[in-house]
Amino acid sequence: MKMINRKLLAALCGASMLLAGAAAVQAKTLVFCSEGSPEGFNPAFYTAGTTFDASSRPVFNRLVEFERGTTKVVPALAETWEISDDGLEYTFYLRKGVKFHTTKEFTPSRDFNADDVIFSFKRQLDKDHPFHNVTEGISYEYFEGMSMPSLIKDIVKVDDYTVKFVLNRPEAPMIANLGMDFASIHSQEYADKMMAAGTPAVIDQKPVGTGPFQLVAYQKDAVIRYKAHPDYWGGKAAIDDLVYAITPDASVRYQKLKAGECHVMPYPNPADLDAMAKDPDINLLQQEGLNVGYLAYSTMVAPFDNPKVRKALNMAINKQAILDAVFQGAGKIAKNPIPPTIWSYNDAVVDDPYDPAQSKAMLEAEGVKDLKMKIWAMPVQRPYNPNARRMAELIQADFAEVGVEAEIVSYEWGEYLDRSKDKNRDGAVLLGWTGDNGDPDNFLAVLLGCDGVGGSNRANWCYQPFEDLIQKAKVVADVKERTKLYEQAQVIFKEQAPWATIAHSVVFKPVRKEVVDFKIDPFGGHIFYGVDLK
Amino acid sequence: MLTFILKKIGVIIPTFLGVTLIAFTFIRLLPGDPVLLLAGERGMSEERHARMMAEFGFDKPIIVQYGTYLNNLLHGDFGTSIVTKQPVLEEFATLFPATMELSLCAILFAVIVGLPAGMIAAVRRGSPFDHTVMASALTGYSMPIFWWGLLLIILFSGILGWTPVSGRISLMYFFEPVTGFMLIDSLLSGQPGAFVSAVKHLILPTIVLGTIPLAVIARQTRSAMLEVLGEDYIRTARAKGLSPSRVIGLHALRNAMIPVITVIGLQVGVLFAGAILTETIFSWPGIGKWMVDSIFRRDYTSVQGGLLLIAAIIMVVNLVVDLLYGLINPRIRHTE
Repeated sequence: MKMINRKLLAALCGASMLLAGAAAVQAKTLVFCSEGSPEGFNPAFYTAGTTFDASSRPVFNRLVEFERGTTKVVPALAETWEISDDGLEYTFYLRKGVKFHTTKEFTPSRDFNADDVIFSFKRQLDKDHPFHNVTEGISYEYFEGMSMPSLIKDIVKVDDYTVKFVLNRPEAPMIANLGMDFASIHSQEYADKMMAAGTPAVIDQKPVGTGPFQLVAYQKDAVIRYKAHPDYWGGKAAIDDLVYAITPDASVRYQKLKAGECHVMPYPNPADLDAMAKDPDINLLQQEGLNVGYLAYSTMVAPFDNPKVRKALNMAINKQAILDAVFQGAGKIAKNPIPPTIWSYNDAVVDDPYDPAQSKAMLEAEGVKDLKMKIWAMPVQRPYNPNARRMAELIQADFAEVGVEAEIVSYEWGEYLDRSKDKNRDGAVLLGWTGDNGDPDNFLAVLLGCDGVGGSNRANWCYQPFEDLIQKAKVVADVKERTKLYEQAQVIFKEQAPWATIAHSVVFKPVRKEVVDFKIDPFGGHIFYGVDLK
Repeated sequence: MLTFILKKIGVIIPTFLGVTLIAFTFIRLLPGDPVLLLAGERGMSEERHARMMAEFGFDKPIIVQYGTYLNNLLHGDFGTSIVTKQPVLEEFATLFPATMELSLCAILFAVIVGLPAGMIAAVRRGSPFDHTVMASALTGYSMPIFWWGLLLIILFSGILGWTPVSGRISLMYFFEPVTGFMLIDSLLSGQPGAFVSAVKHLILPTIVLGTIPLAVIARQTRSAMLEVLGEDYIRTARAKGLSPSRVIGLHALRNAMIPVITVIGLQVGVLFAGAILTETIFSWPGIGKWMVDSIFRRDYTSVQGGLLLIAAIIMVVNLVVDLLYGLINPRIRHTE
């Protein structure tokens, strides 16, 4: 009998190995040549897109998410939600039957529920929460950066599948905020288990989420491996394995893509774009980025306190030349302070024309003669400005044509960010912004609101008619009404010209032809759920 | 010999202390506030900035910070990275084997090719071989690593398809690292083809990183050999009728080795510097790239910890070189 059992077992093993072998042959593996290592795997601690690509986007879900390829908010772990009339209470009705990942460390005994939502937010909100400081030296960078501690008064569990967020003030962008990476939902049960084992910080190193992929292994600066979550609530991903081959150099990423060593690569060199477009094995996708690059005048300092002077200077700038020389075609002229991919973008606004003669005449009419000023050029490359020094030189030449003598200054990046906040700053600052949540408030209030003067509002521009509109738009829940308010705000912005809006970058994403349905994420992320391989 | 070793170690201790001071002050001399850099364009309130500075201990007087740093070092604590929140020693230990493996291969390649090339060039002084070796050495020495690396990738990986583009092993092989050395781990994994894949991945980075040391070793060997070949004892040996291989291999080479070993020792520092670029091009997960990233992010703890550990390694290598002198030439250990 024993003998027969052994034989049977051997036969079964053999058959299962054959089956496993067949499965391995068919397994679809997508390789993404990512640009760097994640800082960690808990998205609440960090702000870098590279980290979100490796953590929140594959591994976790949020109550609401952005529809792939758009900035539209769609239901995710919350199926529906209600907002009270006074805009102070948000009630979320949670999805049932959502499974967390099963890993070596953790086997979930229950589905996702309200406790997980409360744990994920209270951990960030409450300084006395047992998990607030379990990982040494961390801070809840984005949670605090989006003013959530002062915004959220309480989070209440109504029942197992209903959660209520109580706010201190109405905040229309709240729903969009909850779609951001820091708002990813973690498992309370996993946290409790790790706490009981005396290793609570493990939850931040070995993430367990409800997302479409689960982390298998990570080797710093080398590779990150994921496998599809078999019980994903949205249906198992079309690809079985997802591998991030960390490849910091853009030229090398391109060589790997050509050699078929990866399927998707981010941030190509502008110089390689032509060759990529001609390559029969590569699809070169492109989309305008969710960003804006600008030159912010110091509007509290004469003569830049005069909108006509600012307008005149704007008319002296040849934006097309900047686009050609600095962006090498990978950009689009910006006329509004928000990018065209954001709802409420006012396309009716007419940009200041490039007219040096008119500009000179306007400056003379305002009594501005022999103006000397500074142009601040960032020392780093950013998506909204690939070469600030070159841009500054072009603007300097444009200004010289209208009789304005500009000196270019630059500081180390940290210094630059700090010094450029000064209300009495000498000169105009080149800077930019990449959107966080696709809400116009995230650009208009942060960069041009009165609260940002001396901080994120580098123009130090506080103009009451504009401020009234954006403050009103903050508390109105109706999107149509908000759209109208933001459209008006953009008209006022153009009249007052606190910035010269320069460009929105165009994002290029080369993917191999066998990749099906990859979409460029307007937030700059890389999302592989919904992607397939031919 | 023991006194000789003790004397050498005696020099290392104050040097090590000096390095702690340099490592600590160097990163702080760079302009830029690490906390503000973490925040980027988003910025942060002054209150929050102050709180984070206090959390990292950067609000204390610099001398107190240095004291704390030294005290932690004595307890084996190299601190926690500001950016990744991981212990610096742990990160270093994870990445160092990759750099070590690449550097060892590069120096082996440089010695195996450079030493005979230099010797033959010296023996056949003025021949076309000599001119070729010297011209190649000069070219190799002057070659920008980044350009050289990309050129090799485009030729051998892109056009010819002989070698993989980058990484340490093909992504189809997956096993937990045991030693961190891919050549060893791939063998231990027992997966067929893994070792060959690891070797293939090592070829281009080894050539790129080994090129400058190879050039230096070839030139140094040639000039040292030429000097020795002109000595009286070589003439005597030849006059005695010893075979040329014995004269060159035993008498000349042994005496020419002292400056060559010095150069090989010094190349360790060059290798670490070269590793920064080589690792970036070949997506090699080592400490070179890690250090550069840490400097850009003003990750004080990682930079000072990394610098200190690299300096310690270079000091140990120099100690070994000093000890080798003593072994090769007994006069050195006796006079010192």
